[in-house]
Amino acid sequence: MVDAVIPRGPKPRPRFSRTNIMLYGTLIVVAAYYALPLYVMIVTSLKGMPEIRIGNIFAPPVEVTYQPWVKAWSEACTGINCEGLSRGFWNSVQILIPSVILSIAIASVNGYALANWKFKGSEVFFTILIVGAFIPYQVMLYPLVIILREMGLYGNIWGLVLVHTIFGMPILTLLFRNYFTSVPEELFKAARVDGAGFWGIYFRIMLPMSLPIFVVAIILQVTGIWNDFLFGVIYTKPADYPMTVQLNNIVNSVQGVKEYNVNMAATLLTGLVPLIIYFASGKLFVRGIAAGAVKG
Amino acid sequence: MSSSSNARKPSGLFRNLSAKIASVPMVLTALVVFVGGTAWTVLYSFTSSKLLPKTNFVGLDQYERLWSTRRWLISIENLAVYGFFSMIFTLVIGFTLAALLDRKIRGENVFRTIFLYPFALSFVVTGLAWQWILNPDLGVQSVVRSLGWESFTFNPLNDPDIVIYGILIAGLWQGTGLIMVIMLAGLRGIDEDIWKAARVDGIGTVKTYIRVIIPMMRPVFVTALVLIASGIIKIYDLVVAQTNGGPGIASEVPAKYVINYMFRAQNLGQGFAASTMMLVSVIVILIPWAYLEFGGKKRG
Amino acid sequence: MTSVLVKDLTLKFGALTVLDNLNIDIPEGEFLVLLGASGCGKSTLLNCIAGLLDVTDGEIHINDRNVTWEEPSGRGIGMVFQSYALYPQMTVEGNLSFGLKNARMAKAEIKQRVARAAEILQIEPLLHRKPAALSGGQRQRVAIGRALVRDVDVFLFDEPLSNLDAKLRADLRVEIKRLHHNLKNTMIYVTHDQVEAMTLADRIAIMKGGIIQQLDTPTEIYNRPRNKYVAGFIGSPEINFFEGEVEQGTFATGGERFSLEGYAFQGAATAGAAWLGIRPEHIVSGGSAKDLPVTAEVTVDIVEPMGSDTLAWATLAGVPLRIRMDGQAAVSTGDRILIGFDPARASLFDKTTEERL
Repeated sequence: MVDAVIPRGPKPRPRFSRTNIMLYGTLIVVAAYYALPLYVMIVTSLKGMPEIRIGNIFAPPVEVTYQPWVKAWSEACTGINCEGLSRGFWNSVQILIPSVILSIAIASVNGYALANWKFKGSEVFFTILIVGAFIPYQVMLYPLVIILREMGLYGNIWGLVLVHTIFGMPILTLLFRNYFTSVPEELFKAARVDGAGFWGIYFRIMLPMSLPIFVVAIILQVTGIWNDFLFGVIYTKPADYPMTVQLNNIVNSVQGVKEYNVNMAATLLTGLVPLIIYFASGKLFVRGIAAGAVKG
Repeated sequence: MSSSSNARKPSGLFRNLSAKIASVPMVLTALVVFVGGTAWTVLYSFTSSKLLPKTNFVGLDQYERLWSTRRWLISIENLAVYGFFSMIFTLVIGFTLAALLDRKIRGENVFRTIFLYPFALSFVVTGLAWQWILNPDLGVQSVVRSLGWESFTFNPLNDPDIVIYGILIAGLWQGTGLIMVIMLAGLRGIDEDIWKAARVDGIGTVKTYIRVIIPMMRPVFVTALVLIASGIIKIYDLVVAQTNGGPGIASEVPAKYVINYMFRAQNLGQGFAASTMMLVSVIVILIPWAYLEFGGKKRG
Repeated sequence: MTSVLVKDLTLKFGALTVLDNLNIDIPEGEFLVLLGASGCGKSTLLNCIAGLLDVTDGEIHINDRNVTWEEPSGRGIGMVFQSYALYPQMTVEGNLSFGLKNARMAKAEIKQRVARAAEILQIEPLLHRKPAALSGGQRQRVAIGRALVRDVDVFLFDEPLSNLDAKLRADLRVEIKRLHHNLKNTMIYVTHDQVEAMTLADRIAIMKGGIIQQLDTPTEIYNRPRNKYVAGFIGSPEINFFEGEVEQGTFATGGERFSLEGYAFQGAATAGAAWLGIRPEHIVSGGSAKDLPVTAEVTVDIVEPMGSDTLAWATLAGVPLRIRMDGQAAVSTGDRILIGFDPARASLFDKTTEERL
């Protein structure tokens, strides 16, 4: 009877074949695992403390309250200081904006020089820069303290901006160099024949056509600098601590009763900026980290 | 480059002046911070600097002290355990997820977005989130117990023997997405015809991955390994946020040891020696990689 | 005996119809070339025959067996890819034997088959090298070898020579022809290169928009293209077209009137709007032109000497005209020359349907 069927058209495949069940089953279970912490953070931040003490961390809130968010933003304490995370947020913004602008401006011009205006030794410095990216920061932390102190920048926001510019340089320079190298050389030659110089070509030809790579660089830097903890804790004073450092101090503060809902609201608030960038930028974020992964 | 073939060559230093000026930040960073800073730290690791750097050299004293400090030994052991499992699991999970996503599935973007979002979060956020989930009184342990399994015990953050695995769970959650994306890019880079050839040859999917695709992706695996390894050595914020080295000193790591001695315990010499050891371990990883990558290219 | 039969084959990707109700009957031992511009569906058709793509409707039979639902490995085919698709981490020997080992064939048998393929393709010295250490031509031979060891009746080639340089392409073309002559397998060969198609094929299927425009021998396709597209696609330099009217045994165009004496109409000669196509190499110039049914005097606009022959451009009936002359022809820009052609060698196409008249 089965033989009577004449094969024709697409091969009949069960909609739920064993392979497909395995495939989607695995993906869904793993996706649930990855999504779980974010879910737990959100539901915890919306519950009152009594509900958290008796309940289950996975259960959705019975009574939704936004009080923990308000408290995390404007009242949470680090030690004796009870201004909430808002101060850390504005500190981070103040650190972020100049750091992103400065690091990208320097690295893009740098990458451009390396791609189109090579000079004797330029490749050597570039190689040192890339190899330097693998040196543990710990080795360079103290010398930088000395350098910043000599410049009078130790302990203030501009010192930290400089540190972010320095440590962002290898990856950003690589990113821009590779991008500018991929620009057809004829274009560059034509501009030179037309009499344009180093800066003329950079501003009038390279910059306008490299918007996407600037967006990638901005994504990379904003998330990287916002998420930084180490440099913030070492190169700034408590009054200037970025949000991540302040968050850690609030949550891991040993004084007082632990308010898990406030802690989770504070954690989410800190994670919000990179998360928004991540969900809004989609493919560009992926491109940014893929670019970060390419080897020198 | 075109600039080197100019007929009229202005004398050495002033040729290409704008480019040289533009490269000053890079040159300073490379020479002063990267080379100079590293050399300075290595040099001062042989001194007895305490609160301030001093130049009274004491030979290998700092290293002898370092390797006889229990806290450092625990840090190294933790790093080894964390590093070993992190490498294996990150590679296996990252590749498996990438391979699953590469099977022309529906909703690829949704899955990829979910697997990768932890990577956008900082280690501090990651550490605090998992500190809460692993909370013994209110977290996973209590939920499982409340379901009726009264003897269930999963309290890594308060158990010195397994605390490093608690950190590993959080680290894997944060970092596997990155490796998945890199592996997926590698898989997408493989010629479609290879898959067709394997199907004509009658090779099953799994076998094609193992015998054909993975060997072809060697450079991608090497890149992934280098990324994972350099991330492992730098691990610091995650530990500070999740356990702050505790319970006791059970989850200390080298990077934290360095910071503590340099900036808290005011024992710079120990910090320099410990950071130099970190540098050495990076070199030990980098040299074989550079040999594989660049030595291999010359031969091919 | 039929070797490959494609029956009512349709393939759609969503709303897009890539292959539209194709029917091809390929006898055993035939060398069939699927020819067309990129995007015409020729590679897609080959992938359907190989089983690498699921068809939307229709059947595929190989060696009188309905293989529509079979896996590629179970269809009795071997396939050669444009990018060679050699397994880069295996030696040549590994590449040839991988599929056989996987099918749990006896070691002695594998060895014998690999040896035979290596001998036929003269790649014995390369057996222990890796693909990276081979030249493009050698890689392509190994790719053919991988199909050869499968000991199958039908070989599928997907643009196998496109990645090679011109000289190597010409050499390997001859080798493939020799291979076919010796093995006498059925071969289906996809290409966009009309020279490859004309030189290799027993029959050519010219495709456009997922439909076979004409399936015929190379001579027939060249001499009697079935429609205007085929006439324009085959031949280099391109055929000359005139737009005009067929009326009472003549073709009127742009003030000229060509006799159609000797033209073999498909059916009864009908009047109406039409295209007349005449190949550059069928236009005669000089003394012998005056005896032909159609003659005209034209001024040479441009001359392109190519060594083996010379291409002269002129204007006739208001359209540019290509005339292919002897390589040594003494002709230069501005010359007035007499040209002529035999209408029997021309092609007429209906103005609206573009089908051959």
